[in-house]
Amino acid sequence: MEQLRTIGRELAMGSQGGWGQSKEFLDLVKSIGEARSKAEEDRIIARELEHLKRRLADPDVQRRKMKELLLRLVYAEMLGHDASFGHIHAVKMTHDESLPLKRTGYLAVALFLDERHDLVILVVNTIQKDLRSDNYLVVCAALTAACRLIGEEAIPAVLPQVVELLAHPKEAVRKKAVMALHRFYQRSPSSVSHLVSNFRKRLCDNDPGVMGATLCPLYDLILGEPNSYKDLVVSFVNILKQVAERRLPTSYDYHQMPAPFIQIKLLKILAVLGSGDKQASGHMYTVLGDIFRKGDTASNIGNAILYECICCISSIFPNPKMLEAAAETTSKFLKSDSHNLKYMGIDALGRLIKINPDIAEEHQLAVIDCLEDPDDTLKRKTFELLYKMTNSTNVEVIVDRMIEYMINITDHHYKTEIASRCVELAEQFAPSNQWFIQTMNKVFEHAGDLVNIRVAHNLMRLIAEGFGEEDEGADSQLRSSAVDSYLRIVGEPKLPSSFLQIICWVLGEYGTADGKYSASYIIGKLCDVAEAHLTDDTVKAYAISAILKIFAFEIALGRKIDLLPECQTLVDELSASHSTDLQQRAYELQALLGLDKNAVESVMPADASCEDIEVDRNLSFLNSYVQQALENGASPYIPESERSGVISIGSYRSQEQQETSAHTLRFEAYEMPKPSLPLATSQSSMSTPITNLVPVTEPGYYKEDHQTSKSQPPGDAVSGEFGVKLRLDGVQKKWGRPTYSSSTPSSSTSSKQTTNGASHSDGGGSSSQPRESSYGSKRQQGTEVSAEKQRLAASLFGSAAAKADRKAQASRKTAKDSPSTEKVATTNVTAQPVKEQVIPAAPPPDLLDLGDEPVSSNPPSADPFSQLEGLLGPASAAPVLSGTPATGTSKAPDLMSIFSDDVPTGVASGSTDPTLGDVNSSSHKGTTAVASKKGPSLQDALQKNATARQVGVTPTGNNPNLFKDLLG
Amino acid sequence: MIQAVMVISTQAKPRLLKFYNFQAPEKHQDLVRSVFQLLSASPDSVSNFVKVDTIFGPGTKMVYKHLATLYFVFVFDSSENELAMLDLIQVFVEILDRCFKNVCELDIVFNFNKLHTILDEMILGGQVIETSSEQVVKSVEEIERLEKQSSTTSFIPKSITERFTR
Repeated sequence: MEQLRTIGRELAMGSQGGWGQSKEFLDLVKSIGEARSKAEEDRIIARELEHLKRRLADPDVQRRKMKELLLRLVYAEMLGHDASFGHIHAVKMTHDESLPLKRTGYLAVALFLDERHDLVILVVNTIQKDLRSDNYLVVCAALTAACRLIGEEAIPAVLPQVVELLAHPKEAVRKKAVMALHRFYQRSPSSVSHLVSNFRKRLCDNDPGVMGATLCPLYDLILGEPNSYKDLVVSFVNILKQVAERRLPTSYDYHQMPAPFIQIKLLKILAVLGSGDKQASGHMYTVLGDIFRKGDTASNIGNAILYECICCISSIFPNPKMLEAAAETTSKFLKSDSHNLKYMGIDALGRLIKINPDIAEEHQLAVIDCLEDPDDTLKRKTFELLYKMTNSTNVEVIVDRMIEYMINITDHHYKTEIASRCVELAEQFAPSNQWFIQTMNKVFEHAGDLVNIRVAHNLMRLIAEGFGEEDEGADSQLRSSAVDSYLRIVGEPKLPSSFLQIICWVLGEYGTADGKYSASYIIGKLCDVAEAHLTDDTVKAYAISAILKIFAFEIALGRKIDLLPECQTLVDELSASHSTDLQQRAYELQALLGLDKNAVESVMPADASCEDIEVDRNLSFLNSYVQQALENGASPYIPESERSGVISIGSYRSQEQQETSAHTLRFEAYEMPKPSLPLATSQSSMSTPITNLVPVTEPGYYKEDHQTSKSQPPGDAVSGEFGVKLRLDGVQKKWGRPTYSSSTPSSSTSSKQTTNGASHSDGGGSSSQPRESSYGSKRQQGTEVSAEKQRLAASLFGSAAAKADRKAQASRKTAKDSPSTEKVATTNVTAQPVKEQVIPAAPPPDLLDLGDEPVSSNPPSADPFSQLEGLLGPASAAPVLSGTPATGTSKAPDLMSIFSDDVPTGVASGSTDPTLGDVNSSSHKGTTAVASKKGPSLQDALQKNATARQVGVTPTGNNPNLFKDLLG
Repeated sequence: MIQAVMVISTQAKPRLLKFYNFQAPEKHQDLVRSVFQLLSASPDSVSNFVKVDTIFGPGTKMVYKHLATLYFVFVFDSSENELAMLDLIQVFVEILDRCFKNVCELDIVFNFNKLHTILDEMILGGQVIETSSEQVVKSVEEIERLEKQSSTTSFIPKSITERFTR
């Protein structure tokens, strides 16, 4: 009886609440919504989970209840709580024969588990059974779960059924079977590869939905091997043609476009098939031209199709007429006010310039506008475009801009990307070495800890080696200019570690080379660097080595210099350092000071950083010493890797094998079991003769030992590998060369950028200041394009021209560009008045771009454009019924009415929609019907709001917002 | 391929999460958080596309739509068209509106299972299978009808029915 009563209450609740959920769930959502803190929310959900755990295990729970309990579990897990105890209940529920429960079970299982989960094995059976069900919904649910849960091993278990279902009478089942098969193909191509012909068959399905779904797997297959699908080109073109000619049922229309999503998929496929294939492309031109002609730039989806067309055209064999149409559409995108369209325009332009670089020229101003846009996504896209179109004439401007942008990025991932792009472009197109070094300096200054250390080494090598063909004078001039700029920069705080390493190295090698700076001045600077970076051992090591070099050069020149007091402190400090590397360097410096001129000259010759250092990897000069020691009874050296265990013996064996005969069969028997580990170590650690200590050594092992020692001096691969690598390192350090040790990223970049300014006299540097200011003024001037910007455009897009006469070229460009500038201005002028009118019919084509304009700038009440897109307008001030947008809607029949009502109090505001009564019954045919349907019905909204209040549920804090504006 | 569909409230609460490449449940909150950070940081007047390769792996993009108190987010890779995805969100929202008759956030909170049903009719395994809102609404209604028909026995406690079925 009690139960009946609760059921009655729940039923009443259901009809009243309209959400069909129980009071408990409502309460849960309500309390979560009202939770003051994350901790409180966690407590609520923890309590809920406890409750669910009990109830789910309780056998007396009604089955209808079970569905809700499981849904609550899914809800808890969505909020980020562990609900793994319920997974088994979800699996059990898939066995249930009642449809709602089974579907809920499958839903939960698909959300909770993945193919590697232990419980999946229990589900596979059920899926197998359900795929044979008479109820098509059961089959659909099983297919959906199969897409998610069937891993590689389970595919054979369900494959036959899925293939059978491809011919199921219900189109919903066929569609899902196609996708399941596709999914299997993705998981394990080999197990499904004999079935791919089924996809071709489904392409001819009577149902357009199934045909559309089949395009997804076909696209993937064609991407893999386009050549085996060339025969389908004509079919695809035919389908596309039929779709574009509206042969599909009108239910596939979307915003008056015939089946746009299918068109887009087909265009993607054609792009792949026509790539580099003149014959296949020949079939496509007509239909592509048709689509362009019918293209609708007023709606978002129309533009999506046009964009896809451009992609297709830029991918297939080029056709001048098509390219022209594509370029025209691209320029429409770029001129649009919508950021989305600009973004697509930039992307399209990036594709088109691959075929014809001249296209970019026409759009230079638009591109520069995008570059200065506050929208970060757009900016990045534009930099991508610039990256693609960089050549030796515009590299300076582009890299300058990139660096300027890079300085202000906070996202490390992206900053690294931009920095490495700067490096790449500079390495590839650098007009002069001077410029290259300056650019690199800037990159290092601002993102030094993000770029690859290899780049730093390249830069050092470049400075050291000079530039090959040029004479020595130019090289030394370059070096002294590098020294100049580094001496200026070195005092800056927060320089990245790798940059400091470069600075120290360059100052050490070339600081005193031209005689401009005295040795003590440079040494003072280097000491400052070492002192300022107490925690960075690598920088300190570079600094002390640089100091050592300067001393060496001075001594070699016969000058006597005293150790400055600050330098003495540094040396003292480093000699007591925890780092042995620093200690060694400090002692080396002290030792060097005591040497005479000749010794110093041979230890540290001037400007010899590019000479090769001969290294005797085998240390053969020690042979006689070793031999002597062995003769005196010393124990032979066993490399560390061979001192222990099985593996080392094995590796030793194989080494020996390689030494004698690389790839022959072994005929001797395997050797005796390995010697025990402690034995071996004691052997090697003791210097006394082996025979005394261990009388019963295994003969084989003993013999091997001897072999090792014998083979060591002549130097086989093993011994060379271990001992010498370390030595090599030491030798390098002695010479003061960079040791190629990885740097530790230390500081974040500072906002300094003027440091390089003075030496930066040519090209970009001098023009960057005025350009900067012109941006500022541009904001106020609106559409007027400043001369500065045009100059920038000219330098970006200008055709090949010598750097010297860039100025002249720029002015010429300015003259050439001014007409187009005016054109932009005039379109904007004409746009203004039209915008203010209420437009009764479809707007004229050249203004359609305005459709997606963000509403924020327009008064929402009068502007029907604001309703084109789903973007939200500013909230109308009062929380009352806002009638004005509704009238706008009814006057613009093809616009969807959007309600820009974001009132925080959440009081319902509906429209006075004329077709209120038949909202539900009206069918989705004409445009007017669409418009009237979209208008939110007042009655519904009020009712819902009332319910929400009655229930008192506030899911997100204080506003139980109804969104009538969802529809747009 | 579509990698994820998310509906997140402006209060950073997930309202619907669906990942087409499996993501361990314990990672979900991090993903929601990082996506929400991006969403709340982007002003209204910018484009609806964001690169999310730091969150979802290389080449992934995200398209979002901000409607009333909810963000609708689709994450996908380079094989999809951004503008089309934006419209797919629109199709999804239109379907929601038709299924719930003036959809509001509460509808979505209480019926997230229905949202999953709708989404399963549109997207399967990360591929778009149906784009006609009419078709989707039709099949969702059909599912509901059949579910109601078959739920006649549901008032009987589990223990009793189990005895019968045994």
